[in-house]
Amino acid sequence: MSETKKMLYINRNAPYGTVYALEGLEVVLIGAAFEQDVSMAFIGDGVYQILKGQDTSESDMKNFSPTYNALGDYEVTKLYVEQESLDERGLTLDDLMPLVYEDEDDDWAEKPSIVVLSRTELAGVMAEQDVLFNF
Amino acid sequence: MLHTVNKSPYSSDSLKLCMAYMQSGDVVLLIEDGVYAAMKGGASEALVSGSSAKVYALGPDLKARGITSDKLIDGIEVVGFDGFVNLAAENDKVQNWL
Repeated sequence: MSETKKMLYINRNAPYGTVYALEGLEVVLIGAAFEQDVSMAFIGDGVYQILKGQDTSESDMKNFSPTYNALGDYEVTKLYVEQESLDERGLTLDDLMPLVYEDEDDDWAEKPSIVVLSRTELAGVMAEQDVLFNF
Repeated sequence: MLHTVNKSPYSSDSLKLCMAYMQSGDVVLLIEDGVYAAMKGGASEALVSGSSAKVYALGPDLKARGITSDKLIDGIEVVGFDGFVNLAAENDKVQNWL
């Protein structure tokens, strides 16, 4: 790979009801393996993907929510969550999985991956990217 | 009549329309992504709490999505797959708001 690109994966769909969330997550992990600068945004119903306490044991579906914990190991350390989407759904940061990464530049200190941004701030993040993908 | 809604109230107008068509004696069952409408504190809460219709939510779909009983709007009754079958049998008709 000759050049590192900034890629933002924008997740707008709830998990389980459609296959977007699971497919998007798999693409993110594949992209990260190619040493690109990958980050994710969760807006709209996408914020439901990282709601904590998901348990599919009674519904015959794969619970892929633990996979979000692996993102840090793939150096996907920036997970942007839109404040307005949380507010509209009556959610707060405490309702989300406590996703973390280990910062290799800071003696592998464990740091939160989730960054809550306003819509305006997130628009700024989008403007900085080379490539944007919606799932 | 039993109405089922399987879409999030934030990504579809299914629940809004369903509630607007509600008749006396009708009941609603939230399934799949429809169960997000059972969570309290969100902008769609009034659609459920403001209706006189009895509203049910499918337990396994709530559980899959991390929606615990303490997060439910008051008055919503959680049923299992057996309860879904009973509701379909008890009501003369079923309308699926897809």
